[in-house]
Amino acid sequence: MAHSYSGGELFNEVSLRLAPGSFHFLTGPSGSGKTTFLKLCYGALVPSSGVVRIFDDDVRQMSRDDIALARRRVGVVHQDCQFLDHLSLQENLALPLTVSGHEALDDYANLKELMGWVGLTSRADALPPELSGGERQRAALARALIMSPDVILADEPTGNVDWEMSQRLLTLLIELNRMGKTIMIATHDLGLIRAAKNHVQARVLRISERRLQLAGADL
Amino acid sequence: MSALRSVIDFAIGDAQAEKAVPPTGFTVRLTVFSAAAMAFLVVFALALSLAAGRLADRWSDELARSATVRISAPVEQMAAQTEAALNVLRTTEGVESARALTLEEQRELLAPWFGPELPLDALPLPQMIEVIETASGFDGDGLRLRLAGEVPGAVLDNHARWRGPLVSAASSLRLLGWVSIILIAFATGAMITLAANAALAANAQVIAVMRLVGARDSYIAQAFMRRFTLRALAGAAAGTVFGALALLLLPSASEEGGFLTGLGLQGAHWLLLILIPILAAVVAFLATRLAAHNTLRSLT
Repeated sequence: MAHSYSGGELFNEVSLRLAPGSFHFLTGPSGSGKTTFLKLCYGALVPSSGVVRIFDDDVRQMSRDDIALARRRVGVVHQDCQFLDHLSLQENLALPLTVSGHEALDDYANLKELMGWVGLTSRADALPPELSGGERQRAALARALIMSPDVILADEPTGNVDWEMSQRLLTLLIELNRMGKTIMIATHDLGLIRAAKNHVQARVLRISERRLQLAGADL
Repeated sequence: MSALRSVIDFAIGDAQAEKAVPPTGFTVRLTVFSAAAMAFLVVFALALSLAAGRLADRWSDELARSATVRISAPVEQMAAQTEAALNVLRTTEGVESARALTLEEQRELLAPWFGPELPLDALPLPQMIEVIETASGFDGDGLRLRLAGEVPGAVLDNHARWRGPLVSAASSLRLLGWVSIILIAFATGAMITLAANAALAANAQVIAVMRLVGARDSYIAQAFMRRFTLRALAGAAAGTVFGALALLLLPSASEEGGFLTGLGLQGAHWLLLILIPILAAVVAFLATRLAAHNTLRSLT
């Protein structure tokens, strides 16, 4: 596929398939289009030309409801961790369950467990503006996981946290990959990629000169 | 039953969806106030329309069933011609009754123009005969020919000349009332659409997050639609109550006051007021639905 925006062409002849259970890093200089690429992957954008398929469905042929349903199978961790500031952390994390009509007690038991897993149990009633950068990142990851998605797309998930926290988040993502989840992380943090490669079989893709390339051994 | 179930579900709402959308600030007051003001105006437009309708029906009915025979003759022939005209009328098919007006009744008819002290004896007034028709009515042309042959000074006036314009005017007034109600409904819809658009724009971030986590458009729109529908319902209910109270304070219908004092609602027509808040809610529902879906379609 190729994608352009008002400022010009961003990608040209990009081709990629995320195999189930795979682990990908997406890297490239700032402004190269990593965030746009992820948005194309979860149907927030439609490519200028070519085809994007989400779970084998062409995004152009999908209705808005189809895309909404597909997003329940894709956990997205945004760079800026979008939350609803008037809801508590627990309510924010439960939002995917709420909008998809999951009201079973089991789902909410999973929520408690998930909050414990990302270390946010004690912050359940806090409002998002009261959370630190690291807490917001972990909360965004927890929200992305609450529906037990097949794919996790994370955009700079360690962008606002210290080294220790970024390692902790990385460990969480590697654990999820071992559980069979497909992971793609957009990051410019090469240290994070190197750390991950010690623990997981990851492909590293680089966006360079409007193309997607497999990164070399320097990583 | 499923439609009723849908209405009940909509009224009960989804507490979680409601909670996800934060309070929408000034649009609350704007919606409630405009719905109340519009409902207040609809009460008067409805009252005007129904009163004009009653008037049109009454004039049409009363005037259609009555006619007048006017006899202009020299004083010495007046009594004889009057008696001759009454005889003709009594034997005319379709005439239920006919009687000559007394001097006192003719004075009352002329009093609004000449005052109560009118010296009728000094004026060469024609004699008026009031004719009441049966339901089937009489043959006006045939009666005119008979009167022309037997009572040379008699002129039949079945009121057709001025009944038509009067009934037409009242009917136009009734139509004007209904057109006003339709225009008010559209204006209410436009105002609620603006308020809903403002609320949707103010909540673009909320909508983006809800879309991100897999909310369908219908789920997001529902929260806004329910909120605006209930506000319009509440505002219109208040406006209708105030409008009804204002109607009650209007002077009741009287002969002296004429048309203007008969503007209030009568009998079962009061029940029509219940429909105003319901219609306002339907208008708000449709307007918000349109605004929400248009806005959501423009978002990723």
